[in-house]
Order: sequence, then structure tokens, then C-alpha cells
Amino acid sequence: MKFGVVVFPGSNCDHDTYHVISKVIGQPVDFVWHKQEEISQYDAIILPGGFSYGDYLRTGAIARFSPVMRSVVEFAREGGLVLGICNGFQILCEVGLLPGALLRNRDLKFICEHVNVRVEQTDTPFTAVCERGQVLSMPIAHGEGNYFCDDRTLAELADEGRIVFRYCDPAGRVTEAANPNGSIDNIAGICNRERNVLGLMPHPERASEDMLGSHDGRMVFRSLAAAISELLKVRA
Amino acid sequence: MKITPEIIAQHNLTDEEYGRIKQLLGREPSFTELGIFSVMWSEHCSYKSSKAHLRRLPTEGACMVQGPGENAGIVDIGDGWCVAFKIESHNHPSFIEPYQGAATGVGGILRDIFTMGARPVAAMNSLRFGPIRDEDVEGEVTRQTVSRNRRIMAGVVKGLGDYGNAFGVPTVGGEVYFADCYSLNPLVNAFALGLVRREQIFYGKAEGIGNSVIYVGAKTGRDGIHGATMASAEFDEAAMEKRPTVQIGDPFSEKLLLEACLEAMRAGAIVGIQDMGAAGLTSSSCEMGARAGTGIEINLDLVPQREPGMTAYEMMLSESQERMLIVAERGHERQVHEIFQKWDLDAVTIGRVTGDQKLRVRHRGEVVAEIPNAALTTEAPRYDRPQAAPPKPQAEDLGPAILARLQALAAEVQAADDSRLMTEVLCRLLASPNIASKHWVYRQYDHMVRTNTVVLPGSDAAVLRVKETRRSLAMALDGNGRYCSLDPREGARLAVAEAARNVVCSGARPLAITNCLNFASPERPEVMWAFSETVDGIAEVCRALGTPVTGGNVSFYNETEGKGIYPTPVIGMLGVIEDARHTTTQWFKASGDVILLLGQTRGDLGASEFLARIVGEVRGEVPRLDLAAETAVQRACLEGIEGGLVRSAHDCSDGGLAVALAEGCFSHYRHAAVGARIDLPAQLQPEVTGVRDEPRHQPPAGLLNTIALLFGESPSRIMISVHPDNVERMMTIAERAGARCAVIGEVGGASLRISLDGETLVDRPVAELEALWQRTLPECLDL
Repeated sequence: MKFGVVVFPGSNCDHDTYHVISKVIGQPVDFVWHKQEEISQYDAIILPGGFSYGDYLRTGAIARFSPVMRSVVEFAREGGLVLGICNGFQILCEVGLLPGALLRNRDLKFICEHVNVRVEQTDTPFTAVCERGQVLSMPIAHGEGNYFCDDRTLAELADEGRIVFRYCDPAGRVTEAANPNGSIDNIAGICNRERNVLGLMPHPERASEDMLGSHDGRMVFRSLAAAISELLKVRA
Repeated sequence: MKITPEIIAQHNLTDEEYGRIKQLLGREPSFTELGIFSVMWSEHCSYKSSKAHLRRLPTEGACMVQGPGENAGIVDIGDGWCVAFKIESHNHPSFIEPYQGAATGVGGILRDIFTMGARPVAAMNSLRFGPIRDEDVEGEVTRQTVSRNRRIMAGVVKGLGDYGNAFGVPTVGGEVYFADCYSLNPLVNAFALGLVRREQIFYGKAEGIGNSVIYVGAKTGRDGIHGATMASAEFDEAAMEKRPTVQIGDPFSEKLLLEACLEAMRAGAIVGIQDMGAAGLTSSSCEMGARAGTGIEINLDLVPQREPGMTAYEMMLSESQERMLIVAERGHERQVHEIFQKWDLDAVTIGRVTGDQKLRVRHRGEVVAEIPNAALTTEAPRYDRPQAAPPKPQAEDLGPAILARLQALAAEVQAADDSRLMTEVLCRLLASPNIASKHWVYRQYDHMVRTNTVVLPGSDAAVLRVKETRRSLAMALDGNGRYCSLDPREGARLAVAEAARNVVCSGARPLAITNCLNFASPERPEVMWAFSETVDGIAEVCRALGTPVTGGNVSFYNETEGKGIYPTPVIGMLGVIEDARHTTTQWFKASGDVILLLGQTRGDLGASEFLARIVGEVRGEVPRLDLAAETAVQRACLEGIEGGLVRSAHDCSDGGLAVALAEGCFSHYRHAAVGARIDLPAQLQPEVTGVRDEPRHQPPAGLLNTIALLFGESPSRIMISVHPDNVERMMTIAERAGARCAVIGEVGGASLRISLDGETLVDRPVAELEALWQRTLPECLDL
């Protein structure tokens, strides 16, 4: 099993993600330079958080043109597992692997704080070890996390069970007050139709060790590792 | 160009200084040379008014690896790991252009850290603004001041956040205070800290004659020309015309620069490296040469330029951001170029190291400057400027004023008894911008990136784990300008003691400090006197606590239209938690835990937040620091923590014991608020001093003494909570350490109840108190 964490110029959660996979989950992982085009040796690709290309122009808008992204799109089309965290989510939307866009936060400010998200779907490779309706505490840290899509897409996402995480209160109620950034329908994370690509704004890698106040985010990585194990078994 | 007296004056040089330049050169300087001298001899770069005093600071200690004089100080934290840390001011640019001024302040301090080879892992900041609340000022004109102060604050916070967030360094703590004197002189002090292996430290030295000098990073533009000179003068009503002297920050370039520099360092390609900060190309080249006893010759035609037609003068004085000067190991030039190319950054060989100890600058085939390094560095002017202590204020009895104000307040809020009145005072103090929650500020900072932040903002000190070791680092910034305005020496002593106490409350042993000394014009004798007093105060307490000074920054001329700031020294204390499991926070943990107060409560109402906020007076005697008591309290607290007894520890400072208790009760990061029942023993009640002369008469002083008990700011006190089974052991530890220790109550319920000898003084649901405390900043700033 091997994870690849893509490093764009301006990525800054690459080390954190690498740390969790290697030290907490205990799986092999490489940094993948954004100019690298060969990524078929990996079982999962993670686009980490940060400010790729300074997020100038628009978040993720330049990163999507990085050479590695052509390979990531191809990798995803062939069923490879792709996880986009924060800036990674923004890039996945820009490159078209996920629908919708992430707008500036409702209050126009950067927000860094712990939030609660409810696991809406457990039949994805990213949430399989979670319980449906389980509340995870994870931090957000973004200025543009306000998820938006048109009504048709929203209906599609809902109908196809592709809304994977929703912002909620500690008791799991999806309320307006629990929505930190104005995201439509409290959406914190979605997956593609084939369920092998997930994007989310909260940072599971920042909530994977008790010392940091929450280990709930570990479940995302553990799900991913379990899914890869399954795949490898099938392939063997 | 002919150099006229007007040109000399425009360069902020005196006639004597110009004479000295001619003497050092043995000729008239060229225009470019004049520019170079003017920045290097500016207060900002030369420390000409402060150097004579800074020598008195202690810089020796077992942990010291690099003291003042380099880009940042470095201490050893064990296991082969070192910490580089420093604080620097960006006050002047932040007033002219809050967003960019603050952002580039962060950029500059981060570069100071990674030039040493250290990866920045934490940032903090210490901020001072004018009042942001209408009720804190009077009249229509000052209303405009309030809205400007709000704009400045919002811009500064956004600038600090945007830069640090994009760069990828967590901003983990700091402090924000408000007072009138900062309206036209906001203070923005940026702190950064990085980790480096002891054998991988780099220095700003141009060693090896013949080695290549390589320019890396962003292109040179016309921004920031004369920034250092601008920061070395007072402002007048035309201050806003100086806006072009403020630089523009690009955190993305800085992030690339960081990664490329660290990669080149690890590759063994670099001999010496220095940030092009204030005075840009000029200071980096002459200082690197001076430190190594060599010279540097550069050709400006080769410097990457943002626009055509720049003169030598402009290029040498530009303060364009995100640039570095590197001296490469011979034979490794290509490697340096390749690494920077990988990160899409310019890297151009612009010169070489020479043996003649001069800075030589060529441009368009001519030598446009040739100056001995020493003339720009060690031979720069030094002034022992005249000092004069201001007349001592007449001792006066503030007691009647306090009592009158309390009477008026009682009538205003229809308080039927003292308990209502005390509760009202507590509510007002919690809502005071100086004490109120700073959540509005730090929510805009990514304080978690790099996943090391173990104690998030809001507690006494920020705590970061060091992934590679069992140790954690605690860090705090402290400074109380109000104290210093009344007694600079005592204020400085208290700042060092409080910073140390804050890291002790987190479970850390104080290790070393950095400092930022913010003052008005050094040309005024009373300012210079306050500066000298401050240095002595810091030196004394640092010696007593065994925390040497690793470096810092002096910012003079924080003065606009003749109005100066309070003397505002800011102390950045670094502490080490030997075992990360002993990390402690200020919040009460469990109902039933017993609350103890370490230290002695005296009648210190002078200079307090109570006096300033409730009575409207900045007067009285500043609390006196008793060093023996301070060290005893710190020792007891740390021993209790390391013995696993202490569940929470919180320094009693602004607003006194009552505010500290409330803060201990408040909710934090996924933990609900909890109440406390406090019954203060009668013998704890102090007798008020510091607001009156003698004789000390009793009633109506009774109320004053109660006020002092609740809201007085006696230093050297720590409020801790322990499991009931551990009370006796904790008392024994305190006794052995020589610290006073009293049981004052227990954790529990939903209200904060404080009584004195059975008589209720404060009673209010914690939720209400917390709401008041949280509301102030959003109300003022979310408009």
C-alpha cells in the first residue's frame, strides 16, 4: 500500500498529512512533486491543504494546471482513490473532478476553529469505518470554504448520497448556527458519482492525535487504508 | 548630483554625521553612497541611541548558542535541537498602511528565522491600538479616532493572518491592548520561532574570498525605498504621504523562498545567508562582509529588476520583500541555481567575496559606491543621549475618587448592595477591550497548521510539541505600557516576571527571552531616561530568573504630532516543558477540584485596569515586584505541575483575582464552562496602597480593600486547581518553596460566586459573564 501526498508550490499541510499517514496510520507515503506525471505506483493520492500558487487569481485555479493534475484526473477516472483536503477540495472542484465551487466565507474572514461535522454516508472509501450520523470534531482553517452549487447539482448530490459531511452542532443537528462559512445545505464534504474522489474543507490530519484535542479525523485515513487493503486483496 | 544641506537633511542625517561620513571616506560621498549611509546610520539599522544601553542586558547562559547581533537568537533545548526566535516591530508601516505594514512585518521576522537554517514553526504578535469602543472616548472628533482605530486594527489583524496563513506558520498567541496613546501610533510587534538541528545552523557571514554572492528570491522594485529611514523619524500630519515607503508582501514567494533556502542549506551549498530586510541589498551585503571580516563586491546590472531604469540608489535602498543574499560554497553555485529554479525563483550571481573589507557596488560600468564595511557598521554613530527623569508626580490619595466613582456607579446601575456593585465592576472589567476575549482576532489566524499546537490561543502561554522529542515549547508575549508609563523600570521588571509566570503556568521552565522595546523619540531626555530604566529593569529580572536575552529590536520615534506612546517593552519568553504530558492550561477541569492561590495579595490598585477602566485614572503607584516571592511562587507552581498535582494554573494579572477566576471558569475548545464557589479568608484581604499617601485610615477603606482583593493587580500570584486529595501535598510543596498558598474555594456549579469571610461579593452565572467577555471585540469590529 502506498500513499502519495502532492506538493504544489504553496502547499502547507503536506508535512502534516505525511506525518499522520506515516506515524499515526503507519503506512508508506511519498511526497509527489507537482511536476511529477507518473503516479500510477500509488494506491491513493492526497491533495493537501495550503495556498497553492498563493491562491492568487482564485483558490485552486492555477494548481489545476500543474502537470501532476492531468495524471490525477486520469488516476481518478480509472478508479484511483483521491482525497482533497481544504485547498485540495478547492483544486478538485476547479479541475472538475467534483462539482460546485468554494466561495469566500459568509463573513468574508478567514476562520480557524474546531467544528463538528456529521457523517452522512458511510459507503465511501473515506468513511467506511464511521457510523452513519456520527459527529466528528475537526478543525477548519480557510477563507474560501463556502460551498456552492446550482439547485440541480445540489439535488443530484442529495439524491445520489454524495453529500458525505455536513456541518452540525455537537449533538449532530444540522443547523444554521453550526454552519461556519455559509455553505449551501451545510455541506462540508462531497464525493463524486463513482465515490472514489472526496473533497472536504475540515482538516482530518489536524484531528488525528489526542494531543491535538481530537482524534476523530483519523477515521478518514483509517477508512482509506482499509479500502486500499480490500482493493489489494481483490487484486491479489 | 551635488549634495546640498537640503539633501543631507532629507536623508535624516545631521551636519555632524555628514562630517563624519566625509572623514570616514576621506572624500565627499556620491549620491548613492549618501543613501547607503543614511539607511545604515538610521536609528532602525544602527541602534545608535540604544546600543550603549543594550550592553547592560545579560546575554550569557548555559542554553545560549547565538546571542544578539545575528538575524535571530538561538538557544539549545536539548537532544541536539535548537530554537531560533526573535521579535521585531513594524509599527510605522502599519500605521501608514495597516494591512501591508503588518503583513510584511510577519514576512520579515519569518525570514530572520529561516536565514538561520531554522524552519519557522510558530508566530505570535503583540499589538497596541487606540480605543475601539465609543464609550472609551469623548466627543465627536474622537469618534472619528475610534473608527480609524477600528480600521487600523482590522487591517493589521487581516494582514498578519493572511501572511502567516498562506506561508503556513501557525500564529499561536500574543496580546492586544488599547490606550489613547496608540491611536496615532499603533504597535505591531511580530514574533517568530523556528527549529533547527544544532549542526545545521547558518549565519550571515560572507566567508571565503572569491566565493560567489548570489541574489535569490523576488525581483527588486521601487517599493520600500527609505523604509528604514521612515521608521526612524516621528510622524507629522503628512504621514500618509510616506505610504510609498511601505513594502508589499507576497507570502507565496516567501514560502517558496523558505523551501528553496532550506533545501540549498541541506545540500551543503551555502556558506552564509542573510535576509534583505530593512535597507535591503545594502545591509545584507555590508553586514555579511563585516561579520566575516571580508568584503563584498556586487554588480547591480545583474540584479533581477521589476522595472527598467532603476538607479543604483534605488536598487541599494529598495526594501522589496522576499529576497535573500547567499554566499555559496565554491563549486556549488550551479546547485544553488538549480534548487531555486526548481522552486521557480530567481537566483543570480551578482558578485563575489573580496578580501578588502569594503562594500563595492558597480553599475553600468562604474563603481558607484565603495565604502569600508566598518564605516557602515561598527563605526556608525553611537549616542549616549541626555536623559532626564520626569518630575515625580505628587503623591495623592485616590481613595476618595475611587469611592466617589463607585458611589456614582452604584446609583447608575441601581446596585442595592456591595455585592451587586462588585458584580457590576467585574462585568465591566470582563467587557473591557483589554481583558475581553481575543477570539475575534485569533480566529483569523491559522493557529494549527503544522499540527504541533497543543495549547491553542487563549491560555496563559501557547504550547507547541516538538515532534522529534518528548519536550514541548511554551511561549508568551507580555508588556504593560500603562505600568511603564508610570514607572518604566518597575513596568519592565513586571513584564519579564509575568512572561516567565505565563510559561510556568503552562508547565514550562523559563529559558530565555527576546524583546521589542517600543518608545517615542530618543531625542527627548525623558524618553531616553525611560528607555534606560526599562533596560535596567529587564536586565535585573532576567538575571534573577536565569533567562538571558537572545536578541530583539528597538523601535524609537513612535510619536505623531508630538504625542508619544507609553514606553512599551514587550517581552517574548520561551520555556521548555521537559515532559509534554505536564502541559497545563488555565481552565478549571473538574467539579470538586480545590482552588488555591499561590502568592500574596497586596493592596495594589495603582495603575490597575480597574483604575483605568472604572475610575478613568491612569495614576498611582505601580505594583512592586518582589523577586524572592516571584521565584518562590514559580518554583511551587512548576513543582506542583511536574509532580502531577496541578490540573489548571492561571496567572493573576489584568483585572486581578476576580477576572482570573472568571477566565478559569470559561469554556474552551470543546469543553463547557464550569462555575466556582470561592470564599476568601479574611486574612487574605490586603490593605490598599499605591493609590494614596499616608496615613492609612480605616473605614471607608473597607470597600477599597475589598476592591483591591478582587481587582488589584499584585504580581507574583498564580491561581491553581488540584484534586481534593492533593491539597495537602500542594500546600507542602508551596511551603517548602517559600510561597504563600491559601485554599480559596472549589470548582463547581454554573455560577461564579465569590464571598469574603462568608459575605457574598460576586454572584453571576458563568454563561452571562462569558457572553459579556466574548461580545466586546465583535461588537466593535464587525460592522
